[in-house]
Amino acid sequence: MTNASSSDAMVRADNVHKSFGSLEVLKGVDLVVRPGEVCCVLGPSGSGKSTFLRCINHLEKVNAGRIFVDGDLMGYRERGGKLHELGEKDVAKQRREIGMVFQRFNLFPHMTVLQNVMEAPCRVKRESKAEVRDRAAGLLERVGLGAKMDNYPGQLSGGQQQRVAIARALAMRPKLMLFDEPTSALDPELVGEVLDVMKGLASDGMTMIVVTHEIGFAREVGDNLIFMDGGVVVEQGPPRDVIGNPQHERTRAFLSKVL
Amino acid sequence: MSDESTSVRARPEAIKAVPVRHPARWVGLGVIAILVAMFVHLLVTNDRFRWSFIFLEYQDGKRGVMFTEPVLEGLRGTILLTISSMAIGILLGIVIAIMRLSENKILSSVAFVYTWFFRAVPRLVLAVLFGNLNILWERIGFGLPFGTQIGQLFGLDNFDGQFYSIKASDLLAGFVAGMLALGLSEAAYMAEIVRAGIQSIDEGQSEAAVALGMSRGQVLRRVVLPQAMRVIVPPTGNEIIAMVKDTSLVAFVPVTFELWFQLQQVSARTFVVLPVIVAALIWYLILCTVLMVAQFFVERHFSKGYGAAAKAKQRLRDIQVEQGGRITGEAP
Repeated sequence: MTNASSSDAMVRADNVHKSFGSLEVLKGVDLVVRPGEVCCVLGPSGSGKSTFLRCINHLEKVNAGRIFVDGDLMGYRERGGKLHELGEKDVAKQRREIGMVFQRFNLFPHMTVLQNVMEAPCRVKRESKAEVRDRAAGLLERVGLGAKMDNYPGQLSGGQQQRVAIARALAMRPKLMLFDEPTSALDPELVGEVLDVMKGLASDGMTMIVVTHEIGFAREVGDNLIFMDGGVVVEQGPPRDVIGNPQHERTRAFLSKVL
Repeated sequence: MSDESTSVRARPEAIKAVPVRHPARWVGLGVIAILVAMFVHLLVTNDRFRWSFIFLEYQDGKRGVMFTEPVLEGLRGTILLTISSMAIGILLGIVIAIMRLSENKILSSVAFVYTWFFRAVPRLVLAVLFGNLNILWERIGFGLPFGTQIGQLFGLDNFDGQFYSIKASDLLAGFVAGMLALGLSEAAYMAEIVRAGIQSIDEGQSEAAVALGMSRGQVLRRVVLPQAMRVIVPPTGNEIIAMVKDTSLVAFVPVTFELWFQLQQVSARTFVVLPVIVAALIWYLILCTVLMVAQFFVERHFSKGYGAAAKAKQRLRDIQVEQGGRITGEAP
């Protein structure tokens, strides 16, 4: 485990456990992600990688262990050696700082593309509408969808929807972006356009945790690669090393199937 | 075969085939046409309908029975009762649906018991019950719960802990009793409709909203309910239309400020039965037609962003843009 103190890590997970009923999905996951770093998470389905990602912004409650984002303990407050669950408002405040992109986009179908991007800054942060509109338009321009602002999500292709979803998350000016298999629901020919946007984000210095099956993306963009299996981190390191020269049998077996 | 040869092949002649014949449809149409003609003939030639009684003049110098003052008054009552009991039904229904979906077991079972009770009791029985509920209390008001008992505990005989109260027989009678009977019953049905609507929305929607930092109230108001409306509106239209007709039940509360009751009074006075019923029927038809038209527009509003038509239109526009703004296949 890396010996970084929680203060200079953007994300620090200590021995995170999570079970659904009697099924233990995470069995002690440790992770440190530094500011500006792109961390890719690889692993077979059922390895707990998506669950772990959802624990980071407290969409799932962890059963044991701690997760810190930018030094803040997620979901709880420690006072007098005792943990207090955070109220809905405080959890929401923590989540504002963390953008999340889902496998199935989850755009709001009853709002136009522009309204999707503007919704959270206007309603959650109560920023001025004109200012948010300019920023939203800029973000949509940046993901290449300036011309689709007034369309509804249902009128867009999967790749376009996912790019809107990225713009929607960025509109809250997050300090961390979580990507949950962002290209897995896309037609192969549309994967590239979404990865390009993500590469741009990475080169702008955004801290990102990306659960993905795109080995090429992980090798090219990732600073750190985590391989998870059976609810634990099996192997981690610079992507080239892990992909090129895996140390563990399970990593080798997985890579030989997907490469 | 080379590409060249496929591209120069002549377009075959468009198909001109004799369409399939449907003789049974024509027989059916013939039967229907005869039935319609018989019905119209009945309406026009049978003078027992007494159309002039309904529309023009039901007694010397008076307007047709549909447009007399008490009947119009009753019509206003029916509309008012529909609006107010539906307002109670929809608002309370949303609250109960949310309670029903709560993680808290007590809240959800209270909601369950509520819907169980009000769906199990016939509206007619509820109307009569609410008309007689004022037997239970002398006065109804706001104040301390168990005010009288608390007063007795401290030895105060005339203390009731009420800030404001009025006589129960004034408050809980007539219109208010009818409105409550219909509204509370409606809330049970609306709760089920709203619950179905909320549950039809993909979990990912509220997850995405929560991940953006929205509160649960915001998620419900901004993301879940507007989408659920697509599912909620059509059955709600049904409920409103049913309510227009169920208002006639409050005659048993009794409420006199209502269309059917007023027309029955005319009937009792003039000994004319059928034309009066037809007059009521025409008013109910008019009311419900207006509501159905309104429903069409409300449904269209809440289907924004959905539907094959909107998508197809957009795709066509995109293709046109790609082709340099020209509509494909159009003559130059």
